[in-house]
Amino acid sequence: MHKELRRVGVVVVGMFAALFISTTLIQAVQADNLAKDSRNTRILNDSYQIERGPIVLADGTVIAESVPSDDQFRFQRSYPQGSLYSGVTGYFNPVQGATGIEYAMNDYLSGTSNSQFLADLGRIFDGQPQRGSRVELSLDSTVQQAASDALGDLRGAVVAIEPKTGRILAMVTSPGFDPNGMAAHDNSAVTSLYNELIADPQDPLINRAISGNLNPPGSSFKVVVAAAALASGNYTPESEFDNPESLTLPGTNTRVYNFTRGKCGPGDTVTLAEAIRQSCNVPLAELGMALGADALREQAEKFGFNKKLSIPLAVEPSVYPKDGNVPNTAMSAFGQWDVRTSPLQMAMVSAAIANGGELKKPSLVDRVIGPNLEVVKTFDSETLNNAVTPEVATQLTQIMVAGVATGQANNARIDGVDVAGKTGTAENGNNEPYSLWFTGFAPAENPRVAVAVVVENDANLGYHTSGNRISSPIAKKVIEAVLNK
Amino acid sequence: MRKLRLPKAHRNRELALLIFACLVNGAALVTVQLGAIGRVDATVLYLCAGLAALVIGLHVCLRFVARDADPILLPVATVLNGLGVAMIYRIDLSRGASGWAAASTRQITWSALAIIAAIALILIMRNHRVLFRYTYIFGLLAFVLLLLPLIPGLGKSVGGARVWISIGDSLNFQPGEIAKIALAIFFAGYLVRTRDTLALVGKKFLGIRLPRLRDLGPIFVVWALSMGIIVFQHDLGTALLYFGMFTIMIYVSTGRLSWVLIGLALFFGGAFFAAQNLSYVHSRFESWLNPFSQENYEKVGGSWQLVQGIFGLAHGGLTGTGLGQGQPTVTALSESDFIITSLGEELGLAGLFAILALFLVIVARGLRIGFSTRDDFGKLLAVGLAFTIALQVFIMVGGVTRVIPLTGLATPFLAAGGSALVANWIIVALLLKLSDGVKPEVEVKTDA
Repeated sequence: MHKELRRVGVVVVGMFAALFISTTLIQAVQADNLAKDSRNTRILNDSYQIERGPIVLADGTVIAESVPSDDQFRFQRSYPQGSLYSGVTGYFNPVQGATGIEYAMNDYLSGTSNSQFLADLGRIFDGQPQRGSRVELSLDSTVQQAASDALGDLRGAVVAIEPKTGRILAMVTSPGFDPNGMAAHDNSAVTSLYNELIADPQDPLINRAISGNLNPPGSSFKVVVAAAALASGNYTPESEFDNPESLTLPGTNTRVYNFTRGKCGPGDTVTLAEAIRQSCNVPLAELGMALGADALREQAEKFGFNKKLSIPLAVEPSVYPKDGNVPNTAMSAFGQWDVRTSPLQMAMVSAAIANGGELKKPSLVDRVIGPNLEVVKTFDSETLNNAVTPEVATQLTQIMVAGVATGQANNARIDGVDVAGKTGTAENGNNEPYSLWFTGFAPAENPRVAVAVVVENDANLGYHTSGNRISSPIAKKVIEAVLNK
Repeated sequence: MRKLRLPKAHRNRELALLIFACLVNGAALVTVQLGAIGRVDATVLYLCAGLAALVIGLHVCLRFVARDADPILLPVATVLNGLGVAMIYRIDLSRGASGWAAASTRQITWSALAIIAAIALILIMRNHRVLFRYTYIFGLLAFVLLLLPLIPGLGKSVGGARVWISIGDSLNFQPGEIAKIALAIFFAGYLVRTRDTLALVGKKFLGIRLPRLRDLGPIFVVWALSMGIIVFQHDLGTALLYFGMFTIMIYVSTGRLSWVLIGLALFFGGAFFAAQNLSYVHSRFESWLNPFSQENYEKVGGSWQLVQGIFGLAHGGLTGTGLGQGQPTVTALSESDFIITSLGEELGLAGLFAILALFLVIVARGLRIGFSTRDDFGKLLAVGLAFTIALQVFIMVGGVTRVIPLTGLATPFLAAGGSALVANWIIVALLLKLSDGVKPEVEVKTDA
């Protein structure tokens, strides 16, 4: 019997060995992968048990923070500025997870980024509770507030960039939403608010500055066409174009008119600079056809069109279409046909010109500061591209300054400051409201801010409006907010 | 001199370990309270102090009536029982359950009853050989207990398995747990009486001696009983437990591997047939093989619970979240079938290893008692009981960690459930009594 007993002992040891192995496999080997499973609610719940880092601006304004909560979670996410920053912060809740910066910077905010690994180890010994890092954004509360006030109830977006660095100073989307409602711990309340926001025809959950349904840029795209022309070396600001009242596009019955339905100035010819100052369509159509679709697309892509970008929010790439025949290229040259852009993209065009042709990568994040106050990550100014040469940038600046001083963009004039700018009044098809644009920068000689504004529903003025009437004054207030600092 | 001193040394060692076990249990409860509610609530501590008094009482009884009993079993059982209570209490805290509605209050009460039952058994049963005399009575008792849940009006279905009897609203009992002990006694008695026939008679075939068909009778009876449990009570775990226990006992008594092979063939054949033809067995297998597939995860009675338990274990990692600081209640049945994942989440891999090691100690002591007991009935009974505990741990821990398909059984000493506690404390009492039968002269001789 003893021999059998010993064998039973071996069987028992074998059984327990299997258990030691299976628990080790789950708790040590596969633990990280299991933690990543989206069905693992413990990880999500955990993120409410630790103090998530705040999102703040350089001047100390808190736009998202974790406050103690006495329900099933220890902390509640709060957004003290309400809807003003909703497009940037996004929200953070137990039902749907996170959006916006809350999502893009989650690893830092939740304190789970690799760079916090050593701090986590230290925590095991000093017994401090886990906390997330603080994320400092480049946004300026004064500029953001000015942009939001200027945009008011209009449906649209404003972006302001520091041209020399790419730091984003303002990013407003309208209408926004109250992220506090979306951060509630009551699942049914969050779900019903979400369904309400999703059903809203104004799409408040979309950040129109970077991820909205892209708009045709209209005449504001003429800056890109002018850049392509000057960069080709075949044109100068004084190059002359035929000046008819209208132009029939080759092989079609489509007639192109100027905005005024008249000639572009009194002469038989008009210069490139003058055509842009007055924002005429006919000479630009001629220019576009002469340059060709490839030249326009290449220049657009140097400014960032057709390219993915993370700021670190994901930016919907603006589109210059891949294939264009001659009449389509003519239409594209004044920002119609299939050209579609975001306000951030148009701000990048102005910022590149303002910065001598060098396009800096736009970014919302300045620094990440760990719970122990050490700097975890800092923003470095990155060059994306040399969009145009400094000479071309200077020529474009002069053309745009004239547009604001005496041309179609005159509502952006500021006393004592040279503002460079270009408006756009883009058609979206028959009986659809215009997309009203302004993009520009100031001061022209030493630019401190590049701006783009879009108003999507043409301020409900239906065919009695223009980018200059609605968008230029908005841009002006944003520029003033920067210059008055 | 040695002869007189040895038992005393045993009991003193037991007392020291017992005090340590009670301190561990108290510390676990206080840690749970600090972790989960941030303050110390004395009520539960008083109740557990009562349990400590009872185990000390059991120890004192041993000093008088079983001075040579194994000194390790009682402290290990005490610490496992205490850890179970602490975890169940922790789950009650996060669910806001208190008073009689709290599983921990009931668990403490059942623990008290179970320890009292163990004391009674130690005091009343003068010698384990009386059990041998009533072999067939215990066989009949096991049979009746197993059939109780099938009686209409008495039996109750919980989670699809009809293994409970319910008297009134509050008293629920799983007779299968007690039947387990009766069966072990019956098997031990039956096998000691018939082992010679089973071992020696039969034709040789391909080098192994096949038992005669009429000697196969008992195996077929147990097989049929196990399969009957699967079919009528939907209880895979119990079926596996009884069959494993019987197979091991018949092997130890006869020394014939052929019995084990036949037994395994019958069991796996039956299980395979069940997996193919019984939908609930089939879905258990699906959940076991592919728990993370969304289809199995979402299916009613699918792998959701298993997967949440595994997430819990993973969440605990190496060192655990700390008692009271994890989220064990995300998993359903976190206080009973899934108590192991709850403990694994808060105590980590380190804690689970410690718990598994404690079980291994109990089983090892049990097998050792079987080794040293001089009568064959006692040997077989000790092996049967010790192996039962090992197998039950294997079935539950293996079930929640995907070593085998998940089946419902109580993890010994830890899981919430009165019948299981009473059964396991009776097993401890039987093992203590058996170990006392090992006369000290033997040890003195081997020592000298």
